[in-house]
Amino acid sequence: MIQAILVFNNHGKPRLVRFYQRFPEEIQQQIIRETFHLVLKRDDNICNFLEGGSLIGGSDYKLIYRHYATLYFVFCVDSSESELGILDLIQVFVETLDKCFENVCELDLIFHMDKVHYILQEVVMGGMVLETNMNEIVAQIEAQNRLEKSEGGLSAAPARAVSAVKNINLPEMPRNINIGDLNIKVPNLSQFV
Amino acid sequence: MSDIVEKTLTALPGLFLQNQSVSGPAAAKASFSSRLGGLVRGITALTSKHEEEKLIQQELNNLKATVSAPTTTLKMMKECMVRLIYCEMLGYDASFGYIHAIKLAQQGNLLEKRVGYLAVSLFLHESHELLLLLVNTVVKDLQSTNLVEVCMALTIVSQIFPREMIPAVLPLIEDKLQHSKEIIRRKAVLALYKFYLIAPNQVQHIHIKFRKALCDRDVGVMAASLHIYLRMIKENSSAYKDLTGSFVTILKQVVGGKLPVDFNYHSVPAPWLQIQLLRILGLLGKDDQRTSELMYDVLDESLRRAELNHNVTYAILFECVHTVYSVYPKSELLEKAAKCIGRFVLSPKINLKYLGLKALTYVIQQDPTLALQHQMTIIECLDHPDPIIKREVLGEYSYLLDKETPEEVITKLYKLLRSDSISSETKAWIIAAVTKLTPQAHSSNIVERLIQEFTTSLDTCLRQHAFELKHLHENVKFMKGLLPVDKSCEDMVVDASLSFLDGFVAEELSQGAAPYKPHHQRQEEKLSQGKVLSFEPYGLSFSSSGFSGRQSPAGISLGSDISGNSTETGLKETNSLKLEGIKKLWGKEGYLPKKESKTGDETEALPVPQENIIMENVDQIITKNDQSQALTQSKEEKEKQLLASSLFVGLGSESTISLLGKADTLSHKFRRKSKVKETKSGQTTTAENVTRSSFSSSSNVTYEEDYYLDNFQDRGDKEIKKFSLNSELLDSESLTELPLIEKISNCRLSTPSLFAVNNMEVFHPPQSTAASVANEISLASSLLEETTEHMHSDLMEVCHNETISVSSYKIWKDECLLMVWSVFNKSASELKSANLEIAPAENFKITEQPGCCLPVIEAESTRNFQYSVQMEKPFTEGNLSGFINYQVMDTHSVQLEFSVNLSLLDFIRPLKISTEDFGKLWLSFANDVKQNVKMSESQAALPSTLKALQQELRLHVVDIIGNEGLLACQLLPSIPCLLHFRVHGDMLALWFRSSCSTLPDYLLYQCQKIIFHYRLLQDIEYNSLWYTLRKLRPREVKY
Repeated sequence: MIQAILVFNNHGKPRLVRFYQRFPEEIQQQIIRETFHLVLKRDDNICNFLEGGSLIGGSDYKLIYRHYATLYFVFCVDSSESELGILDLIQVFVETLDKCFENVCELDLIFHMDKVHYILQEVVMGGMVLETNMNEIVAQIEAQNRLEKSEGGLSAAPARAVSAVKNINLPEMPRNINIGDLNIKVPNLSQFV
Repeated sequence: MSDIVEKTLTALPGLFLQNQSVSGPAAAKASFSSRLGGLVRGITALTSKHEEEKLIQQELNNLKATVSAPTTTLKMMKECMVRLIYCEMLGYDASFGYIHAIKLAQQGNLLEKRVGYLAVSLFLHESHELLLLLVNTVVKDLQSTNLVEVCMALTIVSQIFPREMIPAVLPLIEDKLQHSKEIIRRKAVLALYKFYLIAPNQVQHIHIKFRKALCDRDVGVMAASLHIYLRMIKENSSAYKDLTGSFVTILKQVVGGKLPVDFNYHSVPAPWLQIQLLRILGLLGKDDQRTSELMYDVLDESLRRAELNHNVTYAILFECVHTVYSVYPKSELLEKAAKCIGRFVLSPKINLKYLGLKALTYVIQQDPTLALQHQMTIIECLDHPDPIIKREVLGEYSYLLDKETPEEVITKLYKLLRSDSISSETKAWIIAAVTKLTPQAHSSNIVERLIQEFTTSLDTCLRQHAFELKHLHENVKFMKGLLPVDKSCEDMVVDASLSFLDGFVAEELSQGAAPYKPHHQRQEEKLSQGKVLSFEPYGLSFSSSGFSGRQSPAGISLGSDISGNSTETGLKETNSLKLEGIKKLWGKEGYLPKKESKTGDETEALPVPQENIIMENVDQIITKNDQSQALTQSKEEKEKQLLASSLFVGLGSESTISLLGKADTLSHKFRRKSKVKETKSGQTTTAENVTRSSFSSSSNVTYEEDYYLDNFQDRGDKEIKKFSLNSELLDSESLTELPLIEKISNCRLSTPSLFAVNNMEVFHPPQSTAASVANEISLASSLLEETTEHMHSDLMEVCHNETISVSSYKIWKDECLLMVWSVFNKSASELKSANLEIAPAENFKITEQPGCCLPVIEAESTRNFQYSVQMEKPFTEGNLSGFINYQVMDTHSVQLEFSVNLSLLDFIRPLKISTEDFGKLWLSFANDVKQNVKMSESQAALPSTLKALQQELRLHVVDIIGNEGLLACQLLPSIPCLLHFRVHGDMLALWFRSSCSTLPDYLLYQCQKIIFHYRLLQDIEYNSLWYTLRKLRPREVKY
């Protein structure tokens, strides 16, 4: 069973925190810090498995992590999980994020925190691996998105108009908007925002 | 794959822009995103934890107001909820929003409900009372016709559900097992599993349904049910033996590629499913020949089929090997599996190697001969850089003894120990392994030889292990009890503190292991300090050439100072840095040009502004110094603005604001730091030195002014200047008075800082300090004469009541720690028979100093009680407690208790020795500790680090040679400890040697603390700059 899934960046800032076992708030933060320090110390050329910190369980627990550019994905699991299996599960999760966000980056995790959680819910449910098939996960997420779009299309129209008007006179609007960029990114946005 | 997250922050500006400017279909969300965006941006722009706290607190207050306002729509609530989740994730309490999260889940439309459920699952825990409010909603959603709603309800149930409410939803979820949609069935299975975990007796009756799920036509549902079966079989395997056939059939089908291609992962059919099945089979077949026989075929096939083309096949293979070795053994399979392990241990991939070694432990338990083929690999692994691997390997060796006699293994290990090719860390592991083996060995010649050899090893770790072995070896019976044969493979807990050797060390010490230095010799050494000190500038000027502008001004000015001095005294460079030398040289301006020419080649080009300052006359400098703080601030800002105007082109006012904001934060930080320092009790020894170094870049100018000022002026001038200074600063600093020689070193070593005024205090002659102290109101009267001669801590109140207030401070005298308790009578009447007693403590010798205790304390006056404290046994933290009692006007007597913390640090004094003495001592000490510490890349500067350490820990910097630094200190009364620092890349190698075993460890710990703190400060500064720059970079455009 998976006890916790932590994603933090190279500076230890949490980006996604999901505990499947209840810990008090302070302990959670302590676990994040401790895990970060444990993982940070490790070179890229040593193995991705670690004995768990003293806070999460005892010797029965292990940390399995992967480091992607600026982010660490750490899964804390008990002995009933296979190390290499989890390692690939992390890969599946990240690849799914990549598919859903089109080139996922740390910022996607910050700004679409809720969506990342929804994706995670389709992969791991209550600490159990629910689905490892990437296409299946993406299909589920897309089904939810369709729903979102249809709702947004009907009820959000007035609000959209209002905020569009508001945006026109925003004094702090940055002046150097790169139009070219926007055109590229809008299709992605409509998918997710 | 690694490039997936690569572009992370390069996209930062782009995303911000998007969120603010997108119009059209996404505009409705844009306003929300920008709000979260604003928060995130606010946080990333911050430079300290404290400010983050402030900002989040503010955000939480806003959210609190918003969520409780009646006008807030569910839609707005949804946005607030996401921001609350963000705050909560950062560790801030958002409990006021919990009830609203539940409301949102209850009342919202699908999307709002989804956020509500998510928030609930993140915020609450199973026994939270608010959760009961959710039960009805869950029941309602489970009955919904909308699949998404049902899914959400099942998800929340599997994540968090009150145990006592399970009956309310159980029938509904059971029904879902027959649902037409596969995903619903699958989630229902997992929800039931969750129930099984939290309340097993409540789901007992549906075991039959689990079986149905196992036979589900959909593979996903079947896979989900395996979670349950793995768990149940683990608890009681005998009840499920009948299912073995089913599991075997399933696995056969999976391995045979009968599953739809959809389930392939990197062309491996359903790897996770295979892993689960193999685990289940392993549990079922354990010690059960009949059951095991059923699975031999499929296991064989699995081993055969595993084509090693992807990581995940190794996962299956590993599981397979594990299963083969857990079930009733079949030699043919065992052999095959052992061969497979070869692929792991020989793999260059470190993860596989680790697992391979793990798998080897299974093999050896079963049949050691099969592991023979891997013996060489095991030994090779011994020198692997990953300590986890090493540990695994040495665990291995203990197993191997089944096949060889323990003596043979020990001999092998001994040979290994003697070879030079392996690191000392590995050797320590090997000795540990030998220790495990010894109780089973019959002859122990080699062990004895080993003990003999390694108890005198230079490596502390090795010696520790050797001593352990020695003591255990002397008491074989005890050893056998401690390390029984069948448990020899388990990890040993090693006493890393070496505490059991304390007695031995003390004994050695008492036998003269540490060279005792008579007092006069130490005095002599002190007098010859000039020689020792003068080495340092070379380290500093080295830093000016080797490192970025941050340090260089300090280095340059110091370097020039020294060489100038040498021209005056006529000695070559180093040997005499005398106070008078500096005074004469720097007292007259006429020397300056000469100095320039002399030092040019040595110290690189001096920066222009410095020269300008040199040329200015004294008067100007005085006034300038008064304004120095403001001046630096403005100069710094100007610089930044200049930088900004070049960098921030096109971004306009917004960016300028953020930049100025940043300058503000810098100064804030400073103020705060200095406050911290003022309130800090234990260590007046310039805790802010660390701070200084990290901000040195912005305050060069001040420092230089200051520096020259000090040199130009005679004492009178200083006097004037002193009184014109900010009195607040004096509070914290003016009392720091050092012996003459230390003054120079301190001044020279104190890094440039905005608060450069601090540095000057050190230069004051005792009488002027006395004068300044007189200006202080309460503090001055309570301080003793001694305080003017020695460093001491701040006055700290230890206890008080309405009549008296007892404060204490420490004076770090050369030969002992002097504790002073000053009792202030606040009342208007005199106190009689006042008496202060300190309870005897086991580690200290406490001597009351005579002549300080009068039984009567007059109204509104202070009495001092002094105790000299000497350490008898090394310790790390200690407590001095005591009480004071007195009588007011012949009435009853009052007693007040107090206690003061002492740390080993209070007994550390600089050990002033020359480089040659250092060398001699170094060789004579056997206890040594080495450690590598990572420094931040930008700031791997040795001198500044040493400065920080010198000031924080009262170490003496003996010498700095290139990238190596030598420091020395002593633990009172006379236990020396030598420190060797070497910088390579961004690593700092610390090496400690002492005659005492605990001292190096303790100092290492302290050094690490300081270096870490120092690094942290630099990182904060570095990051804020980094974020600013990142924001400026145009977003990558992808086509």
